[in-house]
Amino acid sequence: MFSYYLDLALRSLKRNKVLTALMVIAIALGIGACMTTFTVLHVLSGDPLPGKSARLFYPQIDPEDMDGYEPNKEPARQVTWIDGMNLLKAKRGERQALMTGGAVPVQPAQSGMDPFFSDARFTTADFFPMFETPFLFGRGWSEAEDNGKARVAVITRSLNDKLYGGNDSTGKILRMKDTAFRVIGVLDTWRPNPHFYDLNMGNYSATEDVFVPLTTARDLRFERNGSMNCWGRGGGDNEHIETATCVWLQFWVQLESADKAADYRTFLDNYSKEQKALGRFQRPSNVRLSNVMEWMDVNKVVPSDVRLQSWLALGFLLVCLVNTVGLMLAKFLRRAGELGVRRALGASKREVFVQLLVEAGVIGLAGGVGGLVLAFLGLWLVRLQPADYASLAHLDISMLLVTFMLALISSLLAGLLPAWRACQITPALQLKSQ
Amino acid sequence: MLQIKPILAALKRHKAGTILIALQIALTLAIVCNALFIIQQRVQRLSRPSGMNESNVLAITNRWVAVNDKDTASLTKTDVQALRQLPGVEDAMNTNSFPLRGGGWSTGVNLVPKENGKPAGQTTLYFVDEHALAVYGAQLIAGRNFTADEVIVADPKDIKSTPQVIVTKALADKLFPKGDALGKQMYLSGKDVPPSTIIGIVKQLQVPWSGIWANDFVENATLLPVQLTGSYGIYLIRAKPGQLAAVTKSAPEALLKTNRMRVISGERAIRTYEKVREDAYKNDRGMAILMGVICVILLAITAAGIVGLTSFWVGQRRKQIGVRRALGATKHDILSYFLTENLMIGIAGVVIGAGLAVGLNLWMVTQFEMARLSAVYVFAGVIALLLLGQAAVLAPAMRAAKVPPVEATRSV
Repeated sequence: MFSYYLDLALRSLKRNKVLTALMVIAIALGIGACMTTFTVLHVLSGDPLPGKSARLFYPQIDPEDMDGYEPNKEPARQVTWIDGMNLLKAKRGERQALMTGGAVPVQPAQSGMDPFFSDARFTTADFFPMFETPFLFGRGWSEAEDNGKARVAVITRSLNDKLYGGNDSTGKILRMKDTAFRVIGVLDTWRPNPHFYDLNMGNYSATEDVFVPLTTARDLRFERNGSMNCWGRGGGDNEHIETATCVWLQFWVQLESADKAADYRTFLDNYSKEQKALGRFQRPSNVRLSNVMEWMDVNKVVPSDVRLQSWLALGFLLVCLVNTVGLMLAKFLRRAGELGVRRALGASKREVFVQLLVEAGVIGLAGGVGGLVLAFLGLWLVRLQPADYASLAHLDISMLLVTFMLALISSLLAGLLPAWRACQITPALQLKSQ
Repeated sequence: MLQIKPILAALKRHKAGTILIALQIALTLAIVCNALFIIQQRVQRLSRPSGMNESNVLAITNRWVAVNDKDTASLTKTDVQALRQLPGVEDAMNTNSFPLRGGGWSTGVNLVPKENGKPAGQTTLYFVDEHALAVYGAQLIAGRNFTADEVIVADPKDIKSTPQVIVTKALADKLFPKGDALGKQMYLSGKDVPPSTIIGIVKQLQVPWSGIWANDFVENATLLPVQLTGSYGIYLIRAKPGQLAAVTKSAPEALLKTNRMRVISGERAIRTYEKVREDAYKNDRGMAILMGVICVILLAITAAGIVGLTSFWVGQRRKQIGVRRALGATKHDILSYFLTENLMIGIAGVVIGAGLAVGLNLWMVTQFEMARLSAVYVFAGVIALLLLGQAAVLAPAMRAAKVPPVEATRSV
């Protein structure tokens, strides 16, 4: 029966090509616009570390003085050196890492290559196991190397390709700021999106090329990047940054269960109270503990323009659907005579209804295919944009399925009212007027 | 307009179609009004003047490698001199930032010394020398320029203020609303910061940022006669008319020839000011274009929908039209019947649509950084959609008017 309905649908669609084309184009445009913007939104609001992100937490404590104090205002988004080191050394989590962004002048050994600046991350040993970074060669560094301010570095695959032609460079010497570092590890391609562990660098920026122990970077006074907020005496210059009343470091902790997270929150609360008792903190304890996705929400990572575009596309699809409903209504009612004959020959209301829905479904599928083509085109245009997330905009399998489901469901929905109206036709009335 | 009653009677028999057209017009109006409003806001932002004379300007970002911070002062000085002597260069300077660059310094500014708390105003700081006004192309409207011996060399972390500053008119008016800023003192925020005397006022100079968050102090800039040391600096170069392309090539070469201990690389290292402006507003421009495209397509789809449904109605009513014609209705009567019918549906649609547009805008105000929709846009949208409806219905209506009276006698 279905193939018969399909045949009827195709015949009917062929009969009025302009109207059919109009409906298909409307659905295709609506679907195309929706899928383009939804894919961008999907990519941008994605989980940077699937399977792990719920167990990684970003603690916030309030180390500022009473100036500008408001109860329960969001505490500082980074930590001071003293607090960061205290939390790191306390080792209350499964793993923990303290870090900041920076830039290092790389001086290649090859004579033909000019020195250049690389983005760098100055961090502590747990960074690699905690974020499960893939290693192509070698390994990360240990806590002992952190404590010993070791001159060791982990570099990314792309820098390894550039400097060492893609060969295993572990053990080789890398000169940065006139200091010799030993390469101990090479990361395989790793680009978590968003750049969750430090959002000061641009929400979707690429992974840094060089990783160096934080203590080493401080020892050599490497140039740090990112935001720094100071209060009171401030004094965030590069020499005295450890004792300054400034927040400039990110601290991440891995906690295996909800109970451990609750315990950690208590620990942070006690820590704040203890620091207040010591006179270092002045404000009442105000702590937060967000996991990765919560932290992304707090920072409003997804650009508001992208959200706006998604809503716009949805509105656009709605107009296209209303348009299609109207056109389908016109089309089905125009065939009242034909449908009347079918009813008189014994087709039940239900059968006529299904027949018309099949026709709507065919339009939906055609619109879906058109929408998919438009979505590919749209995403290609997005990738041409200079935004830092542009290169990430690709359609994946799940979004591909969503496209077809959306097209089919919306065109079936659009077909419901016209089909129902059309099968209300009284056959006798139609036959009489013939 | 005598036909309103029969039209209403006819529309009652086509409830679904009528409601659909009205709904489509309403939704289109709601979206188009807001989209037009967004376009206007973005266009307004990206056409805001920077206060610079933007033609013939080149910016080069320079980073010293393996050079002691203290030594950068003399190297920078050599660079600037080399640049100024380059053929095709009118003037050049070393600075930390410039309007629309995308990154720079900002700080609070007060009339009394103030360490913390809410400042009287917010300003960006441009560390420049006495060539700044010429290189920026900024217009001095009161006071004087810096002199060469007022320019000091300082480390970024030590510099708190300078005895002389030049400020923009916007900042001067913010601090001294009476317009008597020249010669007065102001204090940059911080502990034990010495006062600065305003020795000059420039007409306009934008901050380095183009985002909405900087809207509150978009033209508050302070120029300080300081040459910063450190590994990072920007050479801003004004080329002679017609020489920009040549200087874009020769300036980096000249710098590398002076000294190779530097990095001038990355896509943003060498930019003409045209490119700077384009980069600063790329998102706004993209959004405006997208909104425009969406508007056009939406209007086209709505028009097509009206044509489609009205054509169907005309086809359905051929017999009735024939009867009316036979009973003495003129072609013009038939035409105006369909036009009036569409107008009535259109009016219902735009009334609902205007409500939706305002509602949608109010919702967007809470969700996004958006201003309140002005009535002008709703009004313009209403007129546009009514006209669009009339234009769309014209073709089917004319076909209806051509139905001959003899149609009344035919049985199908």
